[in-house]
Amino acid sequence: MPDFVMRPLASAGRGTVKTLSSVGRAWILFAGTAGALRHAGIWGPQLVPQLARIGVASVPIALFIATFTGIVMSLQASYTLTGTIPLYFVGVLVGKTMMLELGPVLTGLTLAGRVGANISAELGTMRVTEQVDALETLAYDPLAYLVVPRVIAGIVMFPIVVLLAMTVGIVSGWFTALQLLDMSSPEFVKGLRLLFEPWDVWFAIIKSISFGAVVTGVGCFYGLQTERGAEGVGRSATQTVVIASMIILCLDAFWAATLL
Amino acid sequence: MSIRIAELHKAFGPKEVLRGFSLEVRVGATAAIVGPSGSGKSVLLKHLVGLMRPDTGSVLVDGESVPDLGRRDLARFRRRVGYVFQFAALFDSMTIAENVGMGLKRLPGWRADRIRGRVDECLALVDLEGMGERYPSQLSGGQKKRAGLARAIAASPKYLLYDEPTTGLDPVTTSVIDALILRMRDELGVTGLVVTHDMTSAFRVADRITLLHEGKARFTGTPAEVRAARDDVLRGFVEGDPGLYYGLKGRGDHGP
Repeated sequence: MPDFVMRPLASAGRGTVKTLSSVGRAWILFAGTAGALRHAGIWGPQLVPQLARIGVASVPIALFIATFTGIVMSLQASYTLTGTIPLYFVGVLVGKTMMLELGPVLTGLTLAGRVGANISAELGTMRVTEQVDALETLAYDPLAYLVVPRVIAGIVMFPIVVLLAMTVGIVSGWFTALQLLDMSSPEFVKGLRLLFEPWDVWFAIIKSISFGAVVTGVGCFYGLQTERGAEGVGRSATQTVVIASMIILCLDAFWAATLL
Repeated sequence: MSIRIAELHKAFGPKEVLRGFSLEVRVGATAAIVGPSGSGKSVLLKHLVGLMRPDTGSVLVDGESVPDLGRRDLARFRRRVGYVFQFAALFDSMTIAENVGMGLKRLPGWRADRIRGRVDECLALVDLEGMGERYPSQLSGGQKKRAGLARAIAASPKYLLYDEPTTGLDPVTTSVIDALILRMRDELGVTGLVVTHDMTSAFRVADRITLLHEGKARFTGTPAEVRAARDDVLRGFVEGDPGLYYGLKGRGDHGP
């Protein structure tokens, strides 16, 4: 076959093999991590530090983003709605978008950078400096010691951080409406309550649990696969942020299609 | 024989690193495997603790086939083996004392005070008393290697595997590490396997020396036999003569 036909075919073949091999390795990591859950004696003591590092330390950046998102939502809603429908719909828009979309997704994407890259770089450095091998020689299961506490911390802490971010985003939107839009508190709250469904909060929690699992899981996956020194660590961190962000957006669409 | 490696083959993609390597180490002896960088020495060592699996061949330690051990048996087996990593591989988020005590936490019946006592004992054995509260980043290269050795011996292993224990160290620190390796053999009675490209160190610590060349054991003998050997490749390596080692003598070429 001529070269101009063979080359793209070979390239597509290599890409397919690489993707399938990544999926296979991810599955092995998932199954191994599920199996490592039984070693509570190994991962138990690591859990509290990870809850603090993954959750508590992420609160400031999540709240910072939520604050400005709330302000912008409030101002943009007012700009869009003025002269068309009653201004208390600013409360509807701020509440609904913060709960259903911006709270979980913006926080998820931000934490893909902060938490995912951090996990990947840490585990990647441990891999290339043989610290992961050292764990094994000391009879520790690296999945139980490194992966399980991080994934559990992500699953537990992401919803908490997202709920805080949603609350702060709504409060900042409310404050903006009072200070800059000539709205009263009763007007904003009327809008906030008008279309509120408790399910909206559950929807945000379900989404953020899945985002927590994805960000920590992808971080661990790329971190533990790191090869070739500092360059490899950088590549793993980048891959983690890109892939985790893509999965978050796909999951966002999936949950909207299946749960709403 | 306590360690018996037979016809070990290992390839990474098209690159065959080990091509039928065989070696036997008797109980209580210290063997050295020498060879240039990239010849597969570390790969070989990792097979002995199950960090790598061979493509074909057998790795028996204490009569147990390491590649065939299940996860639980492998963890149990590893308690009998200490591994000293090339760059120490200390956990950089932990103090030296926490590093040394790490393996002991996995052993039944080891409470905090007993672990603390054993950690102090091990640090004293490698002349690092009083350094337990420091972090790896606060230690010199030689101190890190000694801390790595202290961690490896903490659980009183029967075997010690040393991956390039003297690489990157000055001659004086190299002598200190060599003396520690001999002390481990003489005082603790451990069976040692040292992989190194440092011939001075190999002559000093090993009962028998094996040259790993092109994936196979090219020559095995006592230090005296190695010194007296007429094998060109071995002489080339021992004397640091690329012409002899690569078989290019007389062609006016000195290297690959």
